[in-house]
Amino acid sequence: MSTLRDRIGRSALWPMLQKEFLQMRRDRLTLAMMVVLPAVQLLLFGYAIRTDVRHLPTVVWDESRTQESRALIEAIRNTGNFDITANVTGREAVEDWLKRGDASAALIIPPQYATDLKRGRTATAQLIVDAADPLSSQSALSGAALAAASHGAEILHAPPPPLDLRVRPWYNPALRSETYIVPGLIGILLSITMILITSMAIVRERERGTLEQLIVTPIGKPSLMLGKILPFVLVGYTQMTVILALAWLVFHVPLRGSLFQLYLITCGFIVANLAIGLLVSTLVRTQAQAMQASFFFLMPNFLLSGFMFPRAAMPLPAQWIGLLLPLTYYLEVLRGILLKDVGLGVLWRQTLVLVAFATLLIALSVRRFSKTIE
Amino acid sequence: MTAGGAGPAVVTRALRKVFGELVAVQSLDLSIARGEVFGLLGPNGSGKTTTIRMLCGLLVPTSGDATVVGFDIRTQSEQLRRAIGYMSQRYGLYDELTAYENIRFYASVYGLRGEEREQRIRDQMDELGLTPRRDQMAGTLSGGWKQRLALACATAHRPQMLFLDEPTAGVDPAARRRFWKHTYDLAKRGTTVLVTTHYMDEATRCQRLALLSRGHLIALGTPDEVTRHFGEKSLEDVFIELQRRDEQENP
Repeated sequence: MSTLRDRIGRSALWPMLQKEFLQMRRDRLTLAMMVVLPAVQLLLFGYAIRTDVRHLPTVVWDESRTQESRALIEAIRNTGNFDITANVTGREAVEDWLKRGDASAALIIPPQYATDLKRGRTATAQLIVDAADPLSSQSALSGAALAAASHGAEILHAPPPPLDLRVRPWYNPALRSETYIVPGLIGILLSITMILITSMAIVRERERGTLEQLIVTPIGKPSLMLGKILPFVLVGYTQMTVILALAWLVFHVPLRGSLFQLYLITCGFIVANLAIGLLVSTLVRTQAQAMQASFFFLMPNFLLSGFMFPRAAMPLPAQWIGLLLPLTYYLEVLRGILLKDVGLGVLWRQTLVLVAFATLLIALSVRRFSKTIE
Repeated sequence: MTAGGAGPAVVTRALRKVFGELVAVQSLDLSIARGEVFGLLGPNGSGKTTTIRMLCGLLVPTSGDATVVGFDIRTQSEQLRRAIGYMSQRYGLYDELTAYENIRFYASVYGLRGEEREQRIRDQMDELGLTPRRDQMAGTLSGGWKQRLALACATAHRPQMLFLDEPTAGVDPAARRRFWKHTYDLAKRGTTVLVTTHYMDEATRCQRLALLSRGHLIALGTPDEVTRHFGEKSLEDVFIELQRRDEQENP
């Protein structure tokens, strides 16, 4: 028994871990990537990047000049999608504002608006939106349509709805993009840490000749690999915890489901990505190449996993590529647990896929890595 | 740790390494006695580093075999690694770790713990005069200090056999002289040293030399013997003559 304890105590894994944490703390680039990157990403995606459009600068040409027309303007303003920046007269003035880009929308209320309303006829008003950016104009328009409909007016050219469809946005009733984006950020950051930072850390050892030095020592392959990998697992879980805390405290993202199950399933995702990082390190010679190769793996993750753009909107080949990314499944797990309060009972398929990815990739990369250190 | 008893430190038989089309080392037979300071000399690409890397267990020979301090390099790499020290051209130091932390790391990897380890680190620092730089980051040390620190790391586990691959490339003469003094101190205590170099003054410091050219052994003996063998005035002339022949035969 004491010999086993002695063997464990003298294992080369402990000095490896100690050294790894010392390096991590002192290497500014790595530290910056681990601390600053999550902060910047959280700010960018949490605050700056929004797919829900708010505060479009809007000009108004009110030919009606009545109580009713002013009520409509007020209703449009109250959607929060439009900021009334000026009152203008004449179609030319409207076009002028839109062309200059000083206004992204224009509300035109014809002279007969109030009289039509009073006589019980369908009153029409026109809302012109600069639709050069289809994403922003879409959500702005739907906001305006809702406001107008509740006001008894109708946007010009839109035929009356044949049926009354009531839309109820579940899980994110306010349709806030941060509720959707911030949980996904956990997946993105874990991918970056596990693929980019891990592969660079391993390649750095090779570049500086310390890997060769280590291979000459009696350190075993398991200790060498675990010593290189375990610290980053810990970093990943720490990043995840910090983001969860900020998501809840700052961005008011609900944490509805079981965090225990989330941390558990995350393990599969972390191992799968670590394996990719390990694999990258066997494919390249320098840290710069490691960075490039990592981005090759990370880019599809950003774009095709459903982190920012809905997968349902993508052409089929893009969706197929998405199916090959562990992040695609992990995002479903993140959003499922955090926003919908579902657990393994519902997410077992995604979990199985993640475990399969992890097993397959780690077997492949450990084999390749072992060969490079022989 | 005393395998092989008093037999030779290194024995190679028909050791050969091929990389694709290139024969890096062909049929090398060498025998190095215990406690010897042995030099491997030859121009770039003559197979010095490949030989050292095979003897350290970093490369598997294509054919032939070798024992180092009694351990077979093919089958006993685990025991072999505990018994040898290796200092590469690149030193293998961690820039973000202090001198002390570098030695501590390597000592720990060899299983040294607690007071035994701390005493060993103090000894290494004393012997190599590293104590004033104990807490300086390895990355900020100058070439000569790095070289000494690398030697301290490579010998922290008191190896029976030490491999030095061009240890003094790029350091000033004073530092090189000090380095050789340390190497001889180690040899006096019974450590066998195999060193590759292309500095002639260093080659003359070795007790015996092996001259390599394009992967094969062309001369073996004391520096004087080697010089006489080629009928040249100095070892440097031998070296230059060798390179000339090499260029003639491989235009």
